[in-house]
Amino acid sequence: MAGKPKLHYFNGRGRMESIRWLLASAGVEFEEKFIDTPEDLDKLKNDGHLMFLQVPMVEIDGMKMVQTRAILNYIATKYNLYGKDIKERALIDMYTEGMADLNDMILMLPMCPPDQKEAKIAQIKEKTTNRYLPVFEKVLKSHGQDYLVGNRLSRADIQLVELLYYVEEVDPSLMANFPLLKALKTRVSNLPTVKKFLQPGSQRKPPISEESLEKAKKIFRIQ
Amino acid sequence: MATKPKLHYPNGRGRMESVRWVLAAAGVEFDEEFLETKEQLQKLQDGNHLLFQQVPMVEIDGMKLVQTRSILHYIAEKHHLFGKDLKERTLIDMYVEGTLDLLELIIMHPFLKPDDQQKEVVNMAQKAIIRYFPVFEKVLREHGQRFLVGNQLSLADVILLQTILALEEKIPNILSAFPHLQEFTVKISNIPTIKKFLEPGSKKKPPPDDIYVRTVYNIFMP
Repeated sequence: MAGKPKLHYFNGRGRMESIRWLLASAGVEFEEKFIDTPEDLDKLKNDGHLMFLQVPMVEIDGMKMVQTRAILNYIATKYNLYGKDIKERALIDMYTEGMADLNDMILMLPMCPPDQKEAKIAQIKEKTTNRYLPVFEKVLKSHGQDYLVGNRLSRADIQLVELLYYVEEVDPSLMANFPLLKALKTRVSNLPTVKKFLQPGSQRKPPISEESLEKAKKIFRIQ
Repeated sequence: MATKPKLHYPNGRGRMESVRWVLAAAGVEFDEEFLETKEQLQKLQDGNHLLFQQVPMVEIDGMKLVQTRSILHYIAEKHHLFGKDLKERTLIDMYVEGTLDLLELIIMHPFLKPDDQQKEVVNMAQKAIIRYFPVFEKVLREHGQRFLVGNQLSLADVILLQTILALEEKIPNILSAFPHLQEFTVKISNIPTIKKFLEPGSKKKPPPDDIYVRTVYNIFMP
């Protein structure tokens, strides 16, 4: 019998969090092996477990998968969260790639030098309200359906709702003019698997603390 | 009759070059509308042709596809360059994602400050030699086949060849320690559709120069 997927990353959101969200939403139980020290990461590298010497790495179905997008693509396909045909997949891809661009900006914020932070936050807010959220609000408005693509739950909805939680953390007022997105967020959050993941005690990770950030920098030998 | 795909981008490599490579490798003819001014970009944005106000954008099969990876995936799947099953597709995905990380360094290079550019060439070379090339050298050595995955041409081969040739322009001996990659480069370059794309007069774009950099700044800088 196949074991549970095992996630290798540091104990924080980073690039692994979207994978945690997708697995959890699909109702897939998973294990985590946290990288706590630079030596832990070195061992993974030296034992040949990391194709490009990087994490995230997910052990799943006999593979040691790396590259966040490849991992998300695999999970989405396996659990039928990737549309029903090539055209739906193209829409899902476009939407999730746009989301990833915004998500990356928010993800990288803790790494921003203090004197640039305010400008960066302003840029994130501007892109959120002018470039990204309007697109998804418009999609929902155009077809009036409950989900972004194909009238059923897909990775696009899960990844968007994850992003909306981060947008709220940056500034709750950013969601003000997007009623359909708010409704999607509520709807998806109430799905049993997602509801469980949103509760305390789940494997969902909190925003990174100063202490965690310093630890992560040590592990990945940054600065 | 199906119309040809139409590519919207400045007249240079950038993020569209991978798309040109894959279309060419698949034997698909395409048209290009080159962005030259801020006004042209504005027109595309105002006309709601760009989902996130950005290019690359490719008009194909009634869609206006944006986001490089979405475009590459669509073309690859449509033209049988994405493996025969989920496991092959997954390998192709991992290889392509790794290669795109390396290609990203090449894409950004012309836009670095001149003082940083030489240092970055060293970084690219190190990443290629230590992190990326050994993976693909090993894959090719272990299965002894011509292509990276499933014994047939895939997106992974095309993007890797594109990246190798771009790196060789900056670092001519970059493949010196990788005999299987050298062989791979020759073999994939000789595939008829790719060979045609590598000949003068094709839609393959030359290395970025000062004119290209200036055009990009003029179009995209506020």
